[in-house]
Amino acid sequence: MNSIIKNAIRYVLLVFIQVFLIKNMVLFGLNTPYIYILFILLLPFETPNWLLFFLSFLIGLNIDVFNDTVGLHAAACVITAFVRVSVTSITVQKDNYDSDPEPTLAIMGFRWFSFYALVLTLVHHFFLLNFEVFRVSEIPTTISRVLLSSLFTLGLIFIAELLFFRKKQRK
Amino acid sequence: MLNLWRFINKYNAFFFLIIYLTVSLVLLVKNNDFQRASTFNTSNQIVGSIYKEVNSVNKYLNLNLVNDSLAKENVRLRNRLKSSFLDDSVVSKNVEDTINHVKYEYILAEVVNKYITSRNNYITINRGSKDGIKKGMGVIGPSGVVGIVWNVSENFASIQSILHEDTRITSSIENTPYFGPLIWEGKNPNVVTLTDIPNQLNLKPKARVVTSGLGVIFPKGILIGTVLKAGVKGGGSFLDISVKLATNFYALQYVYVIKNNFQTEQETLEKQNKESLNE
Repeated sequence: MNSIIKNAIRYVLLVFIQVFLIKNMVLFGLNTPYIYILFILLLPFETPNWLLFFLSFLIGLNIDVFNDTVGLHAAACVITAFVRVSVTSITVQKDNYDSDPEPTLAIMGFRWFSFYALVLTLVHHFFLLNFEVFRVSEIPTTISRVLLSSLFTLGLIFIAELLFFRKKQRK
Repeated sequence: MLNLWRFINKYNAFFFLIIYLTVSLVLLVKNNDFQRASTFNTSNQIVGSIYKEVNSVNKYLNLNLVNDSLAKENVRLRNRLKSSFLDDSVVSKNVEDTINHVKYEYILAEVVNKYITSRNNYITINRGSKDGIKKGMGVIGPSGVVGIVWNVSENFASIQSILHEDTRITSSIENTPYFGPLIWEGKNPNVVTLTDIPNQLNLKPKARVVTSGLGVIFPKGILIGTVLKAGVKGGGSFLDISVKLATNFYALQYVYVIKNNFQTEQETLEKQNKESLNE
């Protein structure tokens, strides 16, 4: 129950920040961060797959409604969810932990979290920006946008994670 | 059957991916085809009114820039007033001219939401069909051209800005007879490209690029931007001219929607041409 409320608040907060605040931030021309994927990153490990995909689709569609781009963010988010399932199934062995692990910087450690965030952010931005441009001839330009936007997003993700950093008392 | 179920269950993530990705891609493509006529866009009432609330706060942050551009516009308009020219005619008499109807009317609107950083950018304004706004009308800001009205709901309208890959505004260099379409290449929100200008044209730097007055959307001579640099691409006979936009999209707060009172007449006539050609 606690976790549901926490994630619901996170959802509303991230959509709000993304839609009304981050939209106005630009770095070198056309690169904006997409901090809302932090919601997909931070869903607990025990989330069943159907719920994970549904929530990813929902938050993507929610951002789309505000951006006039129906289906664009939703598609990128669903792909991100799939990559998340693959990455966690490869890198996380649940037996190694006494208490329930959560995919946060504080619990999983800097190395694991930075790898996880980097992969998911790159995948999300790559598909998002390429779906948006939808043109093969512009892919080189788009890749540079992907890299710069990812840098920006990752920066914000780490700031957010360090801001709410709580060392888990592992026994 | 059981085996099939087991198989699906084992790779459920993949099947979820397929299902949801299909749904999103269908939405994405369908939305492009039907020209964003879906209920999800910002001319939609709920989202539009949320943006209106947020914008009432945001407005104050840009007040300096907005005031600046409005003041500059006032100066420009004042310079055009009849009273600021020297009147050297001996006799002056007012002539009541009933033939001369108003061709263009301007409707003031406030920007409630805007996008600058996507490949295809839209702006939402707080005037809609209730105020006489129709699809295809031109939109200008205090300093220059902004875009073309795209979708209209009762109280809101969304504008396809110059910063959109499908926007083609016919424009020309001031005081030359040549014209061509204006294209945004999606790199810099301040720079667009003017194409199809023949390369014999002796172009002065900082020459003004204005609307050509062809078509029914914009009156002639509205500023779009100034020439940054020009060059011939790959041995062609046309110039590619980089144009610095006059409109600062970051500070855009008020826009004017242009209503052409003779639009229907002109369009019907041109349609007749096409029909008689087909017969």
